[in-house]
Amino acid sequence: MSTEHHTSAEEVAQLANPSAPADAIPAVDPRLLVREQGLSGYLSEFGRKMKAGDLGSVPVVIGLIVICGIFQGLNANFLSPENLTNIAITMVATGMMAVGIIFVLLLGEIDLSVGSVSGVSGALFAVMAVTHGVNQWVAILAAIAAGALIGAIHGFFFARIGAPAFAVTLSGLLFWSGAMLQILGSNGTINIDPDGPVGQLTTYFFTDVAAGYGLAAIAVIGYFLASFLDNRRREAAGVPSRPVSEIALRTGLLAVFTFGPAAVFNQYKGLPLAVVLFVLVLVGTDFLLRRTSFGRSIFALGGSVEASRRAGINVTGIRITVFAIAGTFAAVGGLFWASKIAAANQSAGAGDLLMNVIAAAVIGGTSLFGGRGRTWNALLGVMVITSIQYGLALQGIATPIQYMITGAVLLATVVIDSVTRKTQKTAGRA
Amino acid sequence: MVHVSAAPVLALRGVSKRFGAVQALTDVELEIHSGEVVALVGDNGAGKSTLVKTIAGVHPIDDGVIEWNGKPVAIGKPHDAQNLGIATVYQDLALCDNIDVVGNLFLGRELKRRGVLDEVEMERRARELLTTLSIRIPSVRIPIASLSGGQRQTVAIARSMLGEPKLVILDEPTAALGVEQTAQVLDLVERLRERGHAVILISHNMADVKAVADKVAVLRLGRNNGVFNVKDTSQEEIISAITGATDNAVTRRAARTGEAGK
Repeated sequence: MSTEHHTSAEEVAQLANPSAPADAIPAVDPRLLVREQGLSGYLSEFGRKMKAGDLGSVPVVIGLIVICGIFQGLNANFLSPENLTNIAITMVATGMMAVGIIFVLLLGEIDLSVGSVSGVSGALFAVMAVTHGVNQWVAILAAIAAGALIGAIHGFFFARIGAPAFAVTLSGLLFWSGAMLQILGSNGTINIDPDGPVGQLTTYFFTDVAAGYGLAAIAVIGYFLASFLDNRRREAAGVPSRPVSEIALRTGLLAVFTFGPAAVFNQYKGLPLAVVLFVLVLVGTDFLLRRTSFGRSIFALGGSVEASRRAGINVTGIRITVFAIAGTFAAVGGLFWASKIAAANQSAGAGDLLMNVIAAAVIGGTSLFGGRGRTWNALLGVMVITSIQYGLALQGIATPIQYMITGAVLLATVVIDSVTRKTQKTAGRA
Repeated sequence: MVHVSAAPVLALRGVSKRFGAVQALTDVELEIHSGEVVALVGDNGAGKSTLVKTIAGVHPIDDGVIEWNGKPVAIGKPHDAQNLGIATVYQDLALCDNIDVVGNLFLGRELKRRGVLDEVEMERRARELLTTLSIRIPSVRIPIASLSGGQRQTVAIARSMLGEPKLVILDEPTAALGVEQTAQVLDLVERLRERGHAVILISHNMADVKAVADKVAVLRLGRNNGVFNVKDTSQEEIISAITGATDNAVTRRAARTGEAGK
């Protein structure tokens, strides 16, 4: 009894003491479960996040390791530098389209036309550059602009007219595959110049060993400097900042994931141009989404359309722009696809391409319900999808089985997404 | 304590609003001064929300005058109201669950530094604002989804304070809140008054009204049914004005003949 009284008297004295700076503005509320310093803090926070359904990239990374383990066990060539380089180059076409579709998924919408639009883009480029002899760079720009325009048209019908996005883009799926066949005409297949800019997209390698390591070094140093300077500003402004140990740990992880692949590529032909372009696109779009008002508006629309409207966000404009972005990246993906098969043909953009694009985005951790995801998800997701395809192909497993396996993987991912969402709701982290 | 300036911040003079065949508001009068909390009460369908929406510019008025600092103004759209310095916190809070507290506070008016979001400055200002309003939330960097109902309400109110409004309209801020959360929101309303904001508070809860309001304006069937000083009015008097216990055959007949004689 007397001890209790003593304690409270002490507390009162402390509260009354104006020189106690810690109480002025508490850095963090005591109710918030904050991470303790050091490695044990990381582990306990990690466990807490897992329980709360905040799985992040963990299931994908585990899945990728399992997939690689299985295929390596079946065929020792799977993890060879040559095969890994081929996977890395092939995944870029699908990955580019996945980046575009992530923008749409962040709104909580879907674009089913990306496959067809990529086909139109490839066909348009081939017809202009090969059949009509237009300058290849002009043809590239025209193909990409066409993709943006097509996306904007879809966006217009969705955002302005109010038609459901899935219906609009489903119409687009058929319409644009028809348009592609029309553009290709009776030839069916048009081979493209393997030494032109599009042809080189997937065949050019930076053979100098320094290129891969140099780029990795730039990324690591750049990341460290950016984090460090941001932290300095945070400290100066008196807002919570990351401990140096965390920055060091993150930089270390980044170093592993940049120098590792660089070493693998250098054991084969060198750093592929396609991979460099893909990484640049990922960095750029990630910046756009997380560091600009435009990106913030996209997340806001995925969270609550009404709240965004009341906050003065131009809902129609953002929606149309997002669909135009999806169309643009579909077109870019189409050019990579044409480069990979060195031709524009009637089967481009068909088959399982659309499913793979959506699967890559969702497997990577982008929510189908909108408002959650990053463009880096495209990288992880497309690595999983392409690894499965290559692994199965190495085993000589036929397309029907490949389709079924990819479909099952997509279903599993959607289930994880839905369950995650439920767990997060109950844990208050939707 | 209650500081009352000369001209009311906002005055409604004979405001009427029709929706098709429904006369939602008839000749409503309302005055509110800075540093004053006016509770707007009335039964369902009494016209509280309609009245608030006319002030907020969602529904332009059909008849009557809205005066702002003594001068007549036209409020035709939400933007007009915002420009005057009227902030409205609607019942559905209009926050994005997936975005953190800082992001929600600055949604639609992000601070930028060389064209890039200035997260540090936004976070600093958010913490400053929340501290001034003595709002305690676990962290400004957690998504809204992790906050309790009361905390979301305080964030929504804080968000309305960013533009330094002269008048804050709160639509049922304590509905669906627990005891302690209600107390937090009521504390916040008192802090708004201390800072010299005028506050219109819509509430069904008489205890809340008695706790924080200076005046109670009662609406019944789209008309004024009395303005009371909270201090010298009993809860029963207010309730009888809301439910229409003072409304009987005689007063109705008087109103009818009065209209017919016009």
